[in-house]
Amino acid sequence: MLRWFSQVIAVTGLNLRTIGQRRGASLAAIVGVAGVVGVFVAVLSMAEGFRRTLTSTASEDTAIVLRSGSDSEMMSGIVRDDTRVIAEAPGVLRGPRGPVASSELYVVVDVAKRSTGTDANVPLRGVQPAAFEVRNEVEIVEGRRFEPGKNEVIVGKAAAAAFAGLDLGSTMRWGENVWTVVGIFSAGGGLAESEIWCDAGVLQPAYRRGDTFQAVYAKLESPAAFDRFKDALTTNPSLEVDVAREADYYAEQSQVLYGIITGLGYVIASLMAVGAIFGALNTMYTAVAARTREIATLRALGFRGGPVVVSVMAESLLLALLGGVLGAGLAYLAFDGFQTATMNWASFSQVAFAFAVTPKLLVLGIAVALVMGLLGGLFPAVRAARMPVATALREL
Amino acid sequence: MKYFPLVWSNLKRKKLRTAFTLLSIAVAFILVGYLAAIRIAFNAGVEVSGADRLLVVHKVSIIQPLPISYRERIAAVDGVEAVTHFNWFGGIYQDPKNFFGQMAVDPETFLDLYPEYILPEEQKRAWLADKAGAIVGRVTAERFGWQVGDKIPIQGTIYRKADGASNWEFNLSGIYDGAEKATDTSSFYFHYDYLNEGAAGGNLGFVGWYGIRIADPARADQVASRIDSLFANSPAETETQTEKALAQSFANQVGNIGQMITFILAAVFFTILLVAGNTMAQSVRERTAELAVLKTLGFSHGKVLGLVLVESCLLAALGGALGLGIAWTLITALGDPTNGSLPVFYFPDKDVALGVALTLLLGLVTGLLPAVQAMRLRIVDALRRV
Repeated sequence: MLRWFSQVIAVTGLNLRTIGQRRGASLAAIVGVAGVVGVFVAVLSMAEGFRRTLTSTASEDTAIVLRSGSDSEMMSGIVRDDTRVIAEAPGVLRGPRGPVASSELYVVVDVAKRSTGTDANVPLRGVQPAAFEVRNEVEIVEGRRFEPGKNEVIVGKAAAAAFAGLDLGSTMRWGENVWTVVGIFSAGGGLAESEIWCDAGVLQPAYRRGDTFQAVYAKLESPAAFDRFKDALTTNPSLEVDVAREADYYAEQSQVLYGIITGLGYVIASLMAVGAIFGALNTMYTAVAARTREIATLRALGFRGGPVVVSVMAESLLLALLGGVLGAGLAYLAFDGFQTATMNWASFSQVAFAFAVTPKLLVLGIAVALVMGLLGGLFPAVRAARMPVATALREL
Repeated sequence: MKYFPLVWSNLKRKKLRTAFTLLSIAVAFILVGYLAAIRIAFNAGVEVSGADRLLVVHKVSIIQPLPISYRERIAAVDGVEAVTHFNWFGGIYQDPKNFFGQMAVDPETFLDLYPEYILPEEQKRAWLADKAGAIVGRVTAERFGWQVGDKIPIQGTIYRKADGASNWEFNLSGIYDGAEKATDTSSFYFHYDYLNEGAAGGNLGFVGWYGIRIADPARADQVASRIDSLFANSPAETETQTEKALAQSFANQVGNIGQMITFILAAVFFTILLVAGNTMAQSVRERTAELAVLKTLGFSHGKVLGLVLVESCLLAALGGALGLGIAWTLITALGDPTNGSLPVFYFPDKDVALGVALTLLLGLVTGLLPAVQAMRLRIVDALRRV
């Protein structure tokens, strides 16, 4: 057994030290693997970043109430009297100024995207003062909050970066009203950073919504109070509403797009991986073929087939590992934090988000590389070990 | 042509290596096909939109409604031939994941404006006659297994019925096909009157947007500004643009799909180029002595260069044809991999041509370096090397 191991170490050492002599082929294998891993990680990091934005700040102790049957805020509608009943329901946290619940309006306005210059649906949310307590991650980073009753807006920092004309102090004309940007806010990287906020009381007449809202966001006493709150609303015969935890609601909203991006990502990456495995096979076969006599000499000297297999596999895995690290590293450098915005069809509005190359994705990318190395090295290794010594020595 | 057997036997020399190279090239071209189909899916509408059609939407956003009274005023504008209107219904069929567009329209003017939706004559008559009737495109009908005559229940999310119920029932009067491959056949259309009369609150009095046909596509800008100035400074100002411009701005909302696809393709090609190029270089290096013999026999520099280039191009062409063929078959046979979320999914002819061009390019680039090396080979050096 010990002898076997010392053989493995000797042959593997020999193999790895001579990689330098097969520089061209080895480099091609490394770059091939790196290309696959790079694209794979980049595509998945887009899906990951999108989901992170939608779900990262959604909390377990915040509930969102919509009209029953509405699958997004855009389609919902709740009259003021009902919003009062909802805010006073059991389970809602009470602050010094009454229940911590904000009745909100959600519309979209056309604002030009900076990257393309064409109009995009940017969400404009009318909120009540309690909104800042319900989402306590919201912080003004520049300027100030809007004053109730005035045509003033504050803009999420991701929206300010992705769309043109939303800088502090600028004015926008939507319909008959002119709005002034008085502040830029952050929201812990969450979805709210893609939105524009204003006073719900001003938005109602501007959009002829009468005295209706579209959603009620309520801070609960604790995550456990959710069931009490939900039961109270759904058993109330005068209300027709759906109640969901904010976290569940946003997970649902991100599902379709996340599914499409990851689905396409896997298809593209697996096709590329198949192509690159053929490349790796070629490289390893060439490496083995170039050393046919060398390997045969070793075997003639008494080295067994096992160590030869291990050594070829080790070389292939090392090349794949280098390629995987290179690809994952490049994807991280090029794409982590890369800002973009896309349409979330579930809410018919733009979501600005950053690609997120998470440690999980890096590990996944390197794992893919190793699988490629394993498959690419296996057959050539077996072939090297099986070749009859006499024939191999005669070759070339 | 007389050297073809020579090139061919060179490729056959190491069958395994040739096979692997061929397969890796084929895989790259399968990707070319799929990426082309994906790009088409996301840019659906941009390519087929009618040049003589404009859309009139609310200036603030397409979700804001426009008064139905605009219809007569738009029709009276000089240069406008026909007007129709749409209301986005946004309903749910069984599950929110079963998404497809549903629009309330005025059937007669709608069919007149959109001749690319092809409906059998008797189905057309049935739809016009039945106020609760609806038509749906082939893609969606097949997705849910609907037949003409079925009753389709759809849960309204925006519109409630007068009795407070949210469930709307439609009779499927017809299934339309697209005039072209690129025509979106995923949407569901029904009578505006059915919505208008059934909806809670009675007479709606508004529509989502207007579609118009103009007499002269070259004067689209003038007609658009005439319409917009008609409603300037009113509570509902309009923005009129060509169908193509609106489709393009929607595609841009999703993101710069074209750029992303180009990026991925570049990565794929760089990778494959390297792998195939390396193999080609390797196989030429192994044949140094033979090439020298060829030159000794009187093959000119140009001929040797040509032989190697033809070999790499042949390899690329075989791999490319295999890949494009597989992509074509899979895309045509299996269709949309997301199971109906994409409105159209096919491999456009233009991109097939692009694929063929890329095949040749790949062959030339991978063969160039080894070919030049082979050409520059000095007979004495090469023969001495072994």
